[in-house]
Parts: sequence; C-alpha cells; structure tokens
Amino acid sequence: MQPVAEFFRWLADAHGINLTIFYDSVDRSRFLTGLFTTIWLSIVCIFLSILIGLTGALIQGAHSPIPRAAVRSFVQFFRNTPPLVQLAFFYFAVSALLPMVTDRHGVKVPLIDNVGWAIISFSLFAGAFNVEIFRSGIEAVPKSTIEAAEALGYTRVKAYLYIIMPLAFRVCLPALGNNLVNLVKTTTLAYAIGVPELLYAAAQIWSEVLNVREMMWVLLFTYIIIVAVLVFVMHRWERALRIPGYSA
Amino acid sequence: MRTLSGTTDLPVLLPRRMPSATEWGAADGARFFGSRTWLFLLLAMSALSVAAQASDAPARAGIVETVWKWMPLISSGFLFNLLVSAASMVLGTALGVLLGLGQISLHPSVRKASWTLTQFFRNAPWLVLLFFAMFLLPFELRIGGLVIPLPAWLKAIIGLSLPVMGNVAEIVRGGIRSIPTGQWESAESLAFSRMQILWQIIIPQAVKRMIPPWMNLYAILTMATTLISVVGIQDAMTLTRGALVAEARTDLYLPLYFMLLLMFFAYCYPIARLTLMLERRFAVNA
Repeated sequence: MQPVAEFFRWLADAHGINLTIFYDSVDRSRFLTGLFTTIWLSIVCIFLSILIGLTGALIQGAHSPIPRAAVRSFVQFFRNTPPLVQLAFFYFAVSALLPMVTDRHGVKVPLIDNVGWAIISFSLFAGAFNVEIFRSGIEAVPKSTIEAAEALGYTRVKAYLYIIMPLAFRVCLPALGNNLVNLVKTTTLAYAIGVPELLYAAAQIWSEVLNVREMMWVLLFTYIIIVAVLVFVMHRWERALRIPGYSA
Repeated sequence: MRTLSGTTDLPVLLPRRMPSATEWGAADGARFFGSRTWLFLLLAMSALSVAAQASDAPARAGIVETVWKWMPLISSGFLFNLLVSAASMVLGTALGVLLGLGQISLHPSVRKASWTLTQFFRNAPWLVLLFFAMFLLPFELRIGGLVIPLPAWLKAIIGLSLPVMGNVAEIVRGGIRSIPTGQWESAESLAFSRMQILWQIIIPQAVKRMIPPWMNLYAILTMATTLISVVGIQDAMTLTRGALVAEARTDLYLPLYFMLLLMFFAYCYPIARLTLMLERRFAVNA
C-alpha cells in the first residue's frame, strides 16, 4: 500500500491531481464506506424488487379483477412518477405518519430511518417495472404448456412457481438486467435524503479537499465499473439459464 | 407418432412481445386500463389524507384549501420542469443523433469513439452526470472576445442532456440497424450514394421505429428533471418543500407531495399511453 500512497501523493504535488482517497486514510475509509453502502443498497433493492415483481406478476394472473386492478394501478403509478419525488414522499410524508420508537440510548427515532426508506422506495420503483417485465415473459409461455400443467393437477400458484416462471424468467432476463442496471443508477438519489452512499461520500470529500474534478471522474468510473460487473453477472446468468435449442 | 420420436411442433416458448426500449420503458407492456385505476388512486389518496388529518387533531385551515392555495406556485415550478425537459430533449436529441450516426460511420475510429461515448453516458447515473455538469462547467465561456455566461439553469439543461444524448444515440443506432440489409443492398444496386441511401431510404423508415422509444425517453427525462432540485435550482420539488416549510404543518406533507406525484403522473401517463399506441401502430407483424 505504501508505494501506491507515495505515488498519489507525488501526483498531487507534482501535477495537482489530488486523489486523496488513495493516500489519506480518512478519505479512503469514507469512500470505501460509500462504495460499500451503494453495493449493499443495490443488492438489497435488487432482491426485494425481484420479489415484488414476481408477486405482482402472480397477482396479475389472478381471476378476480380487483387485485389485478390494484397491481396495475401500482405499476402505472410508480413508473410514471419521478423516483426522487417518491423518495421524498416516503421519507418526509409517510414517515411522519409512523410512530416514533425509542432506541437503546433512550432517544426517540423514526421507526424507519433514511436507509430503510431508500430501500423501500427504490424496491417499489424497480419492482413496478419488474412486474411488467415478468408479465411480458409470462405471455411468452404457450397456453398449451399451462393447460398441460392444469391437466396434471397443478394449482395456479404451483403452476406459476414450477412451470410458468422457470420458463418466463429466462425470456425476460435481458429486460430484467436492463432494469436492474437502472436500479443501481437510481440508488444515487439516496443522496437527497442523506444516505451515506457513494455520491454522498464523494461530495463530502470534494467539499473538504476541493478536488471536485478528480472525485467526479472517480465517481463516474466507479459507477461504470459497478454497472459493468452487474451486466457481466447478468450475462453469465443468462447463459447458465439458457434453454437449449431456443434462442430469443 | 410425433411425440414418441421425440419431436413436436409445439413451441417451447412463444416469441416475446416486449418492445426493446433502451431504458426502462414507460410504455413497454403498459396496457389500456379503465376508470378502475383512477378509482384506486383516488381511494388511496383519500385514505392517506384521512390518515394525515387524524394525526393532527386541532382544527386549522382545511387541507384541501391549503393545498389549493399553494397550487399556483407549485404549478409554476412544474412548468419550469417541463421547460427544462423540453430544452434538454432538444439539445440531447441533436447531440445524440450525431453520436448515433457516428456509430454507423465507415471510419473505425469514429465508430469506436462514438460507441465508447454512448456507453459512457448511457451507463453513468443521471444525478452524477448532473453534478458533473454543474461543477465542472465554467460559469462563463470565452470564445475570442465573446463572453457567454452559463447560469445554473443552463448548466442543468446541459447536464440532463448528456444522458439523453447517450440514450438517443442508442435509439438511432438501433433504429437504423433494424432496417433489413436488403434495403441497403437494393439501394446500392440502384446507384444511390451512401449519403443518399441513409437520408432518403433508411432514415425515413427508421424514424418511425425510433419515435416510440424516443417518447419513452422524454417521459423518463421529465421525471428526471426533479433532480435539478438536488443541485439547488428552484423547481416544483424545491417549491413544494418551501411551501411545507412556510406552513410548518406535518399533516400537509402527505397531500402536497402526493399532489406533486399526481402532476407528474398526469403528464407522463398520457405520454406512455400514446407511446404504446404508436408502438402498436408501427409494429410489423413478423
């Protein structure tokens, strides 16, 4: 680590390219915490949004029109309103309705903190898109396959879990990948409610060290690397789940 | 017997009917839905406002009146959002078309550079690109003796047009690629030059396919204009927050933010519906 730190210290002195995150331990730990928060936030939201998507798509196949309409309203509302306003709506408005709880230091704190609201808000936002994505995948499953499952005595939920979804999921993986990439990019909005994610950490660093230009490039490249890793994983997953002899 | 020999004419999966929108499609698969959705939204809103009222017992000016009072101010902010979205869309589209055409250039270096730029601006978060423009653009430009001031709102428009540029480039490239090569070949055999083929044969056909994803992108951009409030420009979001501070009433948080959400919904949802309609009309039955 020492030679690396030396090199970046020299770079700052000789060329004015001041990348404190490589030689200043405070800034480095701040940056790494931000990176970790972003990755953690992304993973939790990806998981929850897929869960919301799967549940929503299941309900959309229900016979009763009321739950179907409810899911459709949820989807349309969340995909046609700005995610930032949604986040503010949850964090400022809905949060005010919830009771306060007392933490272990005896301080009254909101039931759900800003990280919690960020997770809820982004999961619902991306989940709304996932519902549509899964539904389009389900449409690709031939009716005869579903009828065959019914003939074998599968219930609707069992058929969904064991017959329809395994096929549909494979078809909609590319679209799902796109949406998850967007979800990762959306996590930057958590900056607005003070979640110490990557953008927040970078803003803290550049407002102290005044190295906006350098940190901005670091930030852009870090996000592009995170997105690239996600795209790579999704491609591997797509290949692993490929249906032999079937190409979309 | 078919089934015994192990082959069947039953398809494993039907072709997927989802339009390949570049970003999250505000419209892909969005379906016509009747009054029931609006009913649900209204129900949800009234339930929320009842909950808000219950949390605040003393009788003060009614919530509806107070929301109504702030409506003109917040609407003017919303109008500013729409202006910013239109300006960014124009700028982003102009730059994006250039970048998209660069991607099908015959020069490998131009092609490579355009591709890299497109991927870069498409995959970076919008908010980071906005910060990028806000902080790294100078406050004025000097070209020779000419001084062009760059106020914050102009920088915000430029910042929002960067991701639009990347996405438009991808839409243009995709649209041109979607035209069968037979069109190029037959035009070539009729002695059209490359420029003529592109402008007189390929692009007129491709534009039709580019319009739905382009409108989709516009809806996304409109929703993204609220990001400018994060970098300190006064828009509908900032004004809503200002109204809440001025009123200092917790029971107003829900209705006011919900109204802001509804404003965007009222603007973006028709666009999504229109996009879907156009997509259906332009769809080629394979």
